[in-house]
Amino acid sequence: MSSRRTSKSLRTWQVLLLAALFAFWHVATHPTLIPPLYFDNPHKAAFFFGQPLEVLARIWDWFSSGSIYEHLGVTLMETALAFIIGTASGLAVGLWLALSPTAASLLDPYIKAVNSMPRVILAPIFGVWFGLGMASKVALGVTLVFFIVFFNVYQGVREVSPTVLANARMLGASDRQLLRHVYVPSAMSWVFASLHNSVGLAFVGAVVGEYLGSSRGVGYLILQAEGTFDINSVFAGILVLTLFALLLDWAVTLVEKRLMVWQPRGGETERI
Amino acid sequence: MQAAAPALALDQITVTFVSQNEARYTAIRGTTLVVRPGEFVSVVGPTGCGKSTLLNIAAGLLAPSAGGVRVFGEALQGLNRKAGYLFQTEALLPWRTALDNVVVGLEFRGAPRADALAQGEAWLARVGLRGHGRRYPHQLSGGMRRRVALAQTLILDPQIILMDEPFSALDIQTRQLMENELLELWSADRKSVVFITHDLEEAISLSDRVVVLSAGPASHPIGEYEIDLPRPRDVAEIRLTPRFIDLHTRIWRTMKEEVLKGYEQQKNQ
Repeated sequence: MSSRRTSKSLRTWQVLLLAALFAFWHVATHPTLIPPLYFDNPHKAAFFFGQPLEVLARIWDWFSSGSIYEHLGVTLMETALAFIIGTASGLAVGLWLALSPTAASLLDPYIKAVNSMPRVILAPIFGVWFGLGMASKVALGVTLVFFIVFFNVYQGVREVSPTVLANARMLGASDRQLLRHVYVPSAMSWVFASLHNSVGLAFVGAVVGEYLGSSRGVGYLILQAEGTFDINSVFAGILVLTLFALLLDWAVTLVEKRLMVWQPRGGETERI
Repeated sequence: MQAAAPALALDQITVTFVSQNEARYTAIRGTTLVVRPGEFVSVVGPTGCGKSTLLNIAAGLLAPSAGGVRVFGEALQGLNRKAGYLFQTEALLPWRTALDNVVVGLEFRGAPRADALAQGEAWLARVGLRGHGRRYPHQLSGGMRRRVALAQTLILDPQIILMDEPFSALDIQTRQLMENELLELWSADRKSVVFITHDLEEAISLSDRVVVLSAGPASHPIGEYEIDLPRPRDVAEIRLTPRFIDLHTRIWRTMKEEVLKGYEQQKNQ
């Protein structure tokens, strides 16, 4: 009972904090409300930091005119494709390498090298290879997602309890059944644990790719606005991206809750 | 029944482990163990004497360095398909419900789903878990998980049941309940059982025969005792009978020295 009240008041405080931040932003960037603190010209603050009312008006404008939907759709599509392809390939390669130690030890230094490379620099090359359309952004997202999933699957397969494995074998599991009923479920629990990370990085791949060169997408919108020093639109783009990143994260949490019912959660009791 | 073919025969088994730095450790040396069809044999010995190793050999999970294993007269190649194994530690699949865990062996054998589920429900009821089938292992208590594991093994109707200290993690009351249930299940349909334990009382109250292993390394049987206590038995009550106490005293005399030896070795490691 008391915990519910705390969480409710916590929610209120969180909303108030957000409102306070926006109020501060508004006051500090408004040309006439307070005398300029740092800049010599009262309009300079608004030029560098935008104005929250203008930013919100821009977002409203985008959604009411419908002009944002095309860009948002492209970005989300790139995110989804990067996530699906990256996860599937990470799962396949992770299982393969975890179950064949020879291949794993052969490829080990290369995997380490590719993983430690700052893979965002691949974006220009992908642009050359796959053009300025969606494919180059998906490719960038895939390289980011792949390694997260790959390492988690690899870990997941190796962490399978030897007793569980021996038990499944004694109960008559063939090699294929071991893969399907023991290795894959164990690996999947690790993949789900990294789901938040990989969805986030798929989103990063899409936006960064668009920002570096594209003709559609939210990253492209931001790039265009920056080119004309339209700071309000830049901030509007950032806010829209943040909002959708939060929505994606929330969707992942829902999926996780549904699929991971078998995992123990801390202090799982219910008050009547 | 053929008197000539024991259910399980370990013949002059030696197991030597080689670690990465070429250090050798002989866990078991020259051990012979014969289990007749329908016989309940317990193997007792101090901790670290290679009891589990012996069971893994019988299950075919481990190949002996020397010696041979025969199952109903046939030399064992690979896994022992006639045996069910009840492990000492958690071996249930955590992502499957209790019912799905019980039927997993049938599923591996390609049994029709509906058929398997019906058998699974029946087995859950037999081990006293009716209505708990939809729960996941982490939602069950330690004793309940043991029952699920028991049902999971017995549903496949193995001719030989290998048990590695299956009740050692349970509290004493749950443990005696489980022991009685095990005896009941076993006497309904007598299989050969190899029961590993470090608890001599448990061994005597359950078994037809108790084999005492020496302390490791290179452990080997140092005594065999027929347990002629009448069946059916109640494990809690039989402990108080004079015959039980007499057997216990005799076996303990053999075991005591080995237990002390094992303890000294662990202390000096």
